[in-house]
Amino acid sequence: MTTNVQLNAEGKLKHFLTIDGLSRALLTEILDTAESFAAMAGNQVKKVPLLRGKTIVNLFFENSTRTRTTFELAAKRLSADVLNMNIATSSTSKGESLLDTIRNLEAMHVDMFVVRHALSGAAHFMAQNTAPHISVINAGDGQHAHPTQAMLDMFTIRQKKPDLSRLRVAIIGDILHSRVARSQILALNTLGVAEVRVIAPRTLLPAKVETLGVTVCHDLQAGLQDIDVIITLRLQKERMTSALLPSENEYYKCFGLTQSKLKLAKPDAIVMHPGPINRGVEIDSSVADGPQSVILQQVSNGIAVRMAVLSMAMQSTGETR
Amino acid sequence: MTTKINNMPNNFLDVPSLLNALEINLKKLILDRHLNNPLMIGIRTGGVWVAEQLHARLALSEPLGLLDISFYRDDFSQIGIHPNVKPSHLPHQIDGRDVILIDDVFYTGRTIRAALNEIFDYGRPAQVILAVLLERDGRQIPLRPDCCGASCYLEPGQRIKLIGPQPLTLHVETVPTIG
Repeated sequence: MTTNVQLNAEGKLKHFLTIDGLSRALLTEILDTAESFAAMAGNQVKKVPLLRGKTIVNLFFENSTRTRTTFELAAKRLSADVLNMNIATSSTSKGESLLDTIRNLEAMHVDMFVVRHALSGAAHFMAQNTAPHISVINAGDGQHAHPTQAMLDMFTIRQKKPDLSRLRVAIIGDILHSRVARSQILALNTLGVAEVRVIAPRTLLPAKVETLGVTVCHDLQAGLQDIDVIITLRLQKERMTSALLPSENEYYKCFGLTQSKLKLAKPDAIVMHPGPINRGVEIDSSVADGPQSVILQQVSNGIAVRMAVLSMAMQSTGETR
Repeated sequence: MTTKINNMPNNFLDVPSLLNALEINLKKLILDRHLNNPLMIGIRTGGVWVAEQLHARLALSEPLGLLDISFYRDDFSQIGIHPNVKPSHLPHQIDGRDVILIDDVFYTGRTIRAALNEIFDYGRPAQVILAVLLERDGRQIPLRPDCCGASCYLEPGQRIKLIGPQPLTLHVETVPTIG
């Protein structure tokens, strides 16, 4: 029996808050469902009526370009009505609490919240405090989780390299501040890749990172050996509260992914980045725009994966356990 | 003629015979309704198998259209979506075309409603006719096929399914009824 707040009584996805606690079967179901929606992208008509009559609220307390727009596009392609809350001009800026915002939106009979918040656990808090018929999707909470980003990355990896069990995946850069990296590590290990390797300076790694099921490397050149998938991460300067790095230049010299360093990985390795990219900081432009880069495919796949998550969460109307 | 399935002759569910009958009925209907260069669309999965046979027999010039109605089902909130839905392949131009929609078994009519919704999302056909291998009882909405290979009644709890693609066979099975 599951006690996972994300699942309903039948074990179906009700909220999508974190990869933690979800089975390989469920993650695979998300990827398979996304496959069906991805195939629709080439259709003349890209819209289906699955969520007609449902209202989805995008609640973004932090800035976002890709995540918010692809969530909006995903909801619209499923025929849902979408409400984009601009928090900067909403009552939150007048001091309204998160709980009061939720209560007011509930009173407008909405069906789902897609939430991004600077505080870890915000989406979880909403899921626990919202009406039983409402689903909550985490679009990034603090340094905790960004599960739909991780799933669209898994989808992109599976598209390029279907046999996940043989893959060695390197995640490079600011692991410490990255909710994306945490979700990716959980998803990669749940899906059973051969190895997840994190490559970063000691100051940008969380304490006891090995316990997440990764091998640790502090040297990019040594760390790229035998790697099939390279995930570069943005240096999150806005979350850095102390001097963790000598300089951006120094970081680029040691951990920036350049053409010459890329050659140290397997010749058919793919290069990924969740965006936004700091060109010339964590990745060289020629690599980001090069033939091994799948960065823009990640963005396209974001729509299909979010369509899958939205439709799967809305199909379970029952209460969570 | 509508036959109760338990009283039917042994060869009643013989698919080649049903296809022969459907082909004859469909050819007549194409003449009666003055269908011009019709476009045939099969509903996945069984309807596509039947449509492939008829498309060859009628020697239609346009490629066969394929329709997957999973995203248009009206029972989505009860049963959810099945992963691995295959994409629909419809021609770019539906407007003004004569369409022959093919399914294997006509039962409640809900699949056809979903199929029509999807087709009309792509354009406005001049006319649509519905041809099915077998029509059974149990309509739930006011839709019915224009022609079929045969019609039958099933006992409560019985259901009929086309297995394929090689060979195509019809199977009757009994599922426990609730209550």
